[in-house]
Amino acid sequence: MGRGTAIGRVRGLGSAKHGAHHWWRQRLTSASNFFLMGWFMLSLARLPALDYAGVHAWLGSMWVAVPLVLLVISVFYHFRLGLQVVIEDYQHDESRTVLMILLNFFAVGMGAIAIFSILKIAFTATTGAAA
Amino acid sequence: MASRPINRPLSPHLQIWRWGPHMLVSILHRATGTAMALGGTVGLVWWLAAQAAGPEAYATWLWFFRELAGGAIGYVVAIGLSWAFFQHMSTGVRHWILDVGAGYELKTNKTGAMATMVVSVVLTAVFWAYILGVK
Repeated sequence: MGRGTAIGRVRGLGSAKHGAHHWWRQRLTSASNFFLMGWFMLSLARLPALDYAGVHAWLGSMWVAVPLVLLVISVFYHFRLGLQVVIEDYQHDESRTVLMILLNFFAVGMGAIAIFSILKIAFTATTGAAA
Repeated sequence: MASRPINRPLSPHLQIWRWGPHMLVSILHRATGTAMALGGTVGLVWWLAAQAAGPEAYATWLWFFRELAGGAIGYVVAIGLSWAFFQHMSTGVRHWILDVGAGYELKTNKTGAMATMVVSVVLTAVFWAYILGVK
């Protein structure tokens, strides 16, 4: 291992074995997004209206709540990976670290609110079972 | 030890190359993804949280998207997001094909890029024709 140039210090170390991790997770979640978002768009189109009671009954069904929680996990993880690449492409100084921390807060925070809301509706639904 | 600043010439960027459909859909993929991640997320989470909070909170959400400015905000956002989703989805499927090493011949690549834009516009039109036709 050399001590001089940047390339000299890493030459011979081999790969960190993490190179494909981000790429693979992005592809894996793109596939789950494809099916979950396809289901979600069809369901939205088929909702009779956007009124409170109708949407509440729809969200109260287990067959809506479970795929919707999975959708939030898959989509939010996917956009967290995607926006990481955007930040890495355009930010080259300390702002990169700040934005990455903000991105993680945003993705995890918004995901927590979304999942909590879905579960709260599903666990307190009274008409959901029949919907 | 300390890394020195590197002042090598940069490769030509967007303003140098002649634009083609493959460049456009590449940018569209990133732009639609970013728009959905920031705007779509806020709209979706607000929708779910308002549903969980109760009828009054949900009425505010409905007012913002269905009544404010004559419901224009809702339609612009919803049609925009649905198109963004279909565009991101079709360029995403194109990425799967490119990932296995297919579709890099110039003509095939250009046709594939054009196809993603045709698919996104057609699916958006079908989506909204169904919603507005049924109700």
